[in-house]
Amino acid sequence: MTETPMIGGNMIDFRKEFFADERPEKLNEIGKPTRRQDITGHVTGRSPFYDDHLFEGLLHMRCVRSPHHAARIRRIDTSAAERMPGVQRIVLGRDVPRNLNTLLSLLDFGIDDEPILSTDRVRYKGEPVAAVIAATDAQARDAVAAIRVEWEPLPHVLDVEAAIKPGAPAVLDIYPNNKFAYHGKYDHQKLRYGDVETAFRQADHVVEGRYQMSPIEQAPVETCGAIAAPEQNGRWVCYTSTQALFFSLGTAAKVLEMPSSRLHFIGGTVGGGFGGKVDSIHEPMAILGAMLTGRPVKFMWDREEEMQVGAPRGAELWIVKDGVMRDGRIIARQFTGYFDSGAYTRLSSYAVIKCVGHLPGPYTIPNVHANVYCVFTNRTPATAMRGFGITGVDFAIEAHMDKVAEAVGMNPIELRLLNAYRDGDMKAHRRIAKNCALIECCQVVAEKAGVKLAPHLAALASTRDGGGDRARLPAHTVTDENGRVQGYQPWSYARKNAPARDPFVGAPPPVQPPRAPAAGTPAVNAPPRADQPPPPPPPSPASPPRQGALRFSSLSGFRRR
Amino acid sequence: MALKPVTFTLNGNAKAAFTEDGQNLLDFLRRSVGDLSPKYGCGQGGCGACTVLMDGAPVLACLTLAEAAQGARIETAAGLAGAALHPLQEAFMERFAAQCGYCTPGMLMAARALLDRNPRPSRDEVIEAISGNICRCTGYEPIIAAILDVAEGRVRA
Repeated sequence: MTETPMIGGNMIDFRKEFFADERPEKLNEIGKPTRRQDITGHVTGRSPFYDDHLFEGLLHMRCVRSPHHAARIRRIDTSAAERMPGVQRIVLGRDVPRNLNTLLSLLDFGIDDEPILSTDRVRYKGEPVAAVIAATDAQARDAVAAIRVEWEPLPHVLDVEAAIKPGAPAVLDIYPNNKFAYHGKYDHQKLRYGDVETAFRQADHVVEGRYQMSPIEQAPVETCGAIAAPEQNGRWVCYTSTQALFFSLGTAAKVLEMPSSRLHFIGGTVGGGFGGKVDSIHEPMAILGAMLTGRPVKFMWDREEEMQVGAPRGAELWIVKDGVMRDGRIIARQFTGYFDSGAYTRLSSYAVIKCVGHLPGPYTIPNVHANVYCVFTNRTPATAMRGFGITGVDFAIEAHMDKVAEAVGMNPIELRLLNAYRDGDMKAHRRIAKNCALIECCQVVAEKAGVKLAPHLAALASTRDGGGDRARLPAHTVTDENGRVQGYQPWSYARKNAPARDPFVGAPPPVQPPRAPAAGTPAVNAPPRADQPPPPPPPSPASPPRQGALRFSSLSGFRRR
Repeated sequence: MALKPVTFTLNGNAKAAFTEDGQNLLDFLRRSVGDLSPKYGCGQGGCGACTVLMDGAPVLACLTLAEAAQGARIETAAGLAGAALHPLQEAFMERFAAQCGYCTPGMLMAARALLDRNPRPSRDEVIEAISGNICRCTGYEPIIAAILDVAEGRVRA
């Protein structure tokens, strides 16, 4: 075999001159081909995917799905299906111990909004309302076709702009304006940095653009699914395609009102995920099926279901407005963004937070303003996909950069070089940029594209001339109360006067002995801010300081706001 | 449900098993025979994950009736290795030609069928041979490179 650094069929070009003093010369892995640890199983056909586990007496579960984008369920008649050959059990919403969930509730984020099997109303085409468990897949399909559902179609909305217009049909009663409520405060996620309106008046050009991205299906070659079977002593084993094993475990424990110690999850071999295998739909259903029948049960989407009801990367709509000076400096950028969450929250609310943390893209812009909405429509619920929360807006930003370059008559690579983050610059979300590399990437792109850069641009470096004035926070940031919502507990996703969270059935979590903080590890403190809410009660003296990876509470905004 | 006996060879070994009316070869191999290397991806001939060789020719097991295997020579990815790995397996490992690994058994069998009938294929012929096999992870280039490595003798048998 060749010794050339190759990844797959592609030659990788390692430019050792870049950041040479920032890394050790002897890298152990980078630039060297490495075998995957699981590759032997893959090439011999012996990697154990979830469907590669055989069970004597395996039963098959299939769902009855809504043919309507929105409808009320008047009646579900299962009598004919119950008498069909091979049918072991019909499952309805009333059989699900806790038939309402939202994925991020495990992190105390969002309100439970999605039934496992809907009993009264459907909100997207393909939403399940019943399941059949039968001896064979074909028998389950026949019985599904024999279940009669009386539907009363309801008005639906399939477009984010239509969904937020007054009078649009409410997809979920808890969000009457079809907008997710952030932090119990606003109907959108805000970013405010400086004063864009004043900057637009000072700019030589104001450039506006509108960008849209369709939903994108992850389309793994292995369809999503799970097989559950009884184990000993009231435990259940679940083989699953999940790419988030503990997330699926927690979701199953919640939906089934069962301590997770009674659930034995086996996963880790995923036939392509790309974000689409986090939704934890199959595991609770397969385990419920095994509990109701006492037999092993497989719940697996076929390809049509994977494409129709498998949650895609959601659609996005972006309106971007830049104020730019004749010399190419962008002095203001304003975003209005809409994420199409589909009929339920799943992960879109969090995708928006992640997205807003990414604005205004990798460019140092002194005035930034963003309103980003998580909007409910009667489309298939959206979920994670590669570059979660980032891909759509990056497309909008980079398409817009080209448009701005055209407006000021610059080469688009030069415009990017001029505005790129440099180490030490202040970002719009008030963190210092570090480990920047866009300038170097642009220089290589220019070289490969045969673009001759002006000497001052060819001489730029991410590690030089950042910070200073570029690190200064705006003298004044314009704030507003637009989009205030009422009726939520402050700093929470719980609604005021809502019943307390159901007591979690099962054993209390074991008490962990407190860990002593590592010696010399400083506690991380945000600088005090005038607009901060009262601090949470001080942690017990023995609890460790926050360290290492960011906690979700910090990402979701509860910590720093 | 009427059961019918099917006798055939699987990866060189004589086999006999019963099939049910209308059972496809994929379900038969996986559930009735226990060879789990062919995969279900679509059940409608669109993805190639279930590709196996029948008398040397690649077939989509999901669209082939199990009864058609009567008297046939069936080969799957599980039988590709002898005492040592097949050169295609070595090349796939070296070239990072698999990520999730789910399309790999079908991809390997499509490649094996190509090299058996055409030991020196061009790049275009390699692309044509795997055009019925979907890989969602790799972008195909490493797979093409791996097959060409074998065809052009860069991986020894």
